[in-house]
Amino acid sequence: MNHSYYEASARERMAAFLDPGSFQEFLPPTDRVSSPHLRQLDQPGAFDDGILVGSGRLSGHAILAAAQEGVFMGGAVGEVHGAKLVGLLERALITRPEAVILLLETGGVRLHEANAGLVAVSEIMHAVLAVRTAGIPVIVLDGGQFGCFGGMGIVAALCDAVVMSEEGRLGLSGPEVIEASRGVEEFDSRDRALVWRTVGGKHRYMLGEATRLVEDSIPAFREAAIALLGTRPVFGLEDLEAEHARLRERLERFGDCRESIEIWTRLGIEDPQSLPLLETQAFLAQVGGKRA
Amino acid sequence: MDARTLLNNLFPAGHTVAFEDTYFHGTGTCRGATVAVLGTSEEVEIGVELALAMARDVLEVIKTAPKRPILLLVATSGQRLSRRDEMLGINAYLAHLAKTIDLAKRKGHPVVSLVWSRAVSGGFLSTSMLADLCFALPEAEIGVMNLPAMSRITKIPLERLESLSATSPVFAPGVANYLRMGAIEAIWQGDLEAHLDASLRMLSTRERRRVLGDSRGGRQLARSVAERVRSHARG
Amino acid sequence: MESLVYEYQGGVPIESPRAPVIAGVVGSGNLEILVEAEGPDDRCTIVVVTAATGFGTIWQAVMNDFVARHKPGGVRLSINDVGATPAVVSLRLEQAWEAFKGGSA
Repeated sequence: MNHSYYEASARERMAAFLDPGSFQEFLPPTDRVSSPHLRQLDQPGAFDDGILVGSGRLSGHAILAAAQEGVFMGGAVGEVHGAKLVGLLERALITRPEAVILLLETGGVRLHEANAGLVAVSEIMHAVLAVRTAGIPVIVLDGGQFGCFGGMGIVAALCDAVVMSEEGRLGLSGPEVIEASRGVEEFDSRDRALVWRTVGGKHRYMLGEATRLVEDSIPAFREAAIALLGTRPVFGLEDLEAEHARLRERLERFGDCRESIEIWTRLGIEDPQSLPLLETQAFLAQVGGKRA
Repeated sequence: MDARTLLNNLFPAGHTVAFEDTYFHGTGTCRGATVAVLGTSEEVEIGVELALAMARDVLEVIKTAPKRPILLLVATSGQRLSRRDEMLGINAYLAHLAKTIDLAKRKGHPVVSLVWSRAVSGGFLSTSMLADLCFALPEAEIGVMNLPAMSRITKIPLERLESLSATSPVFAPGVANYLRMGAIEAIWQGDLEAHLDASLRMLSTRERRRVLGDSRGGRQLARSVAERVRSHARG
Repeated sequence: MESLVYEYQGGVPIESPRAPVIAGVVGSGNLEILVEAEGPDDRCTIVVVTAATGFGTIWQAVMNDFVARHKPGGVRLSINDVGATPAVVSLRLEQAWEAFKGGSA
């Protein structure tokens, strides 16, 4: 059986991530809650609008979870898709699960319903902040084929922890978007090595944006998420001042770098060129103690 | 309207807003109340430096002026599109800015935003859309992408998008569409000082955009779908 | 985009109850199939929404083949398609049907 997180569909991920048989889906495909806007533009919808949300157990702990399907419109957020995620987060305020876990795979706002999608992402941001304020951690998993971009890249950075695989990508504007508007000289989106060095899991781990880096397997994501269940959200004034200092220092230390390899060099990595080639475990051993 | 005219119209009693290039911040006096002001002009793209500067000043207001109202006047054409900013984690810088605005609200600062020039995508999400209440001037532009670009990417003919946007508020840019979506509380016309004064009195931290979007016919599913998930009986 | 509906009779009633099953994903060259138990017992209804127009006769042939092979009765199949080839459609139908028969409500 193939346990690759990268290759799996959202439903396969959810089933293998949670304790077996524990997933209870809200608004499942049989409810046919799909996008009315896609139909209007002659695009077939999906019965779940590209996201499944529900409750389940993770190593016995009650959690709420959502998984976006990247193959359906790049996992993009439309009105219904976004509302399902907002509803799930707000449900957490009532049912108080151990954590809310988001298996994100998305390009951000769905252009076919751009305004509704943008407002939905804003509501997701508000809801994530409310859930964390209530003391419930929100944990992101990012290892799918489409990465996590657009407004949902901001959402990921609002959460308590981000688990990535080397294959995962995390950012705001996707490489294709930057290339399309600023030219191939600014960002060559077809240079896969450059893309992964810039927004991939290893670099995000080096910067401290990815809390954990795991190999590309659903059980590895599961183990990392279980280990993070004890996370307790803290973001009072002192915490945000500490975060501010970290981000300012990052800008001071690396703001003039043109390439991630320069950042890794300044972090004291002896053979930075080799980092992209290392297997996950060898990579973790190599960079131990040298993250920003 | 340029930023200085805007500030004079909002604060005829005076303000101490200072400009650093396209970023401005300071305080204004509105009917006797001191209001902290943060904003940008010239539809600047928000990159890591600007996001950090704005977050710094939000934190400063929280530390030095408890519960002082904050007015966001952000004009932006979106996030900065650059490989270097992505490499540095611009999403985390914008999220940090969002967290500081959220903290201000949690600490009792009323936060109001006015889209006076332009608001696009990530720059809009991480600033004005975090306010308790978001208003707009009638001449402002709000959106994700213009229709020709949207047509190129979605491969839907431009004429189709244009004709549909006459009836659907869901995808075309425009203040009126965001009003119908519930993202804009109201459009300010006439006496801006009076509008600001009134907005500082009507603050509620309750998320009401879905209710407005539903009642104004812009988003007819968001409210009911979220409610169905929130109150689902099983699980 | 096109919507197609096919109705068949004379199927073998499924052993009820069966939990609904979904197979595949809506994406370029792919499709999703939702299988649900739905009376009357000998009838099979197949509803297709497809991005590609003008392929009604090919869909009909693929569905005829599937129904002849499995004689589904008391079942509704709902399909969202983005230009999957007949081979992919047949494969997904087999996967969906296998999963449906293998599960219980």
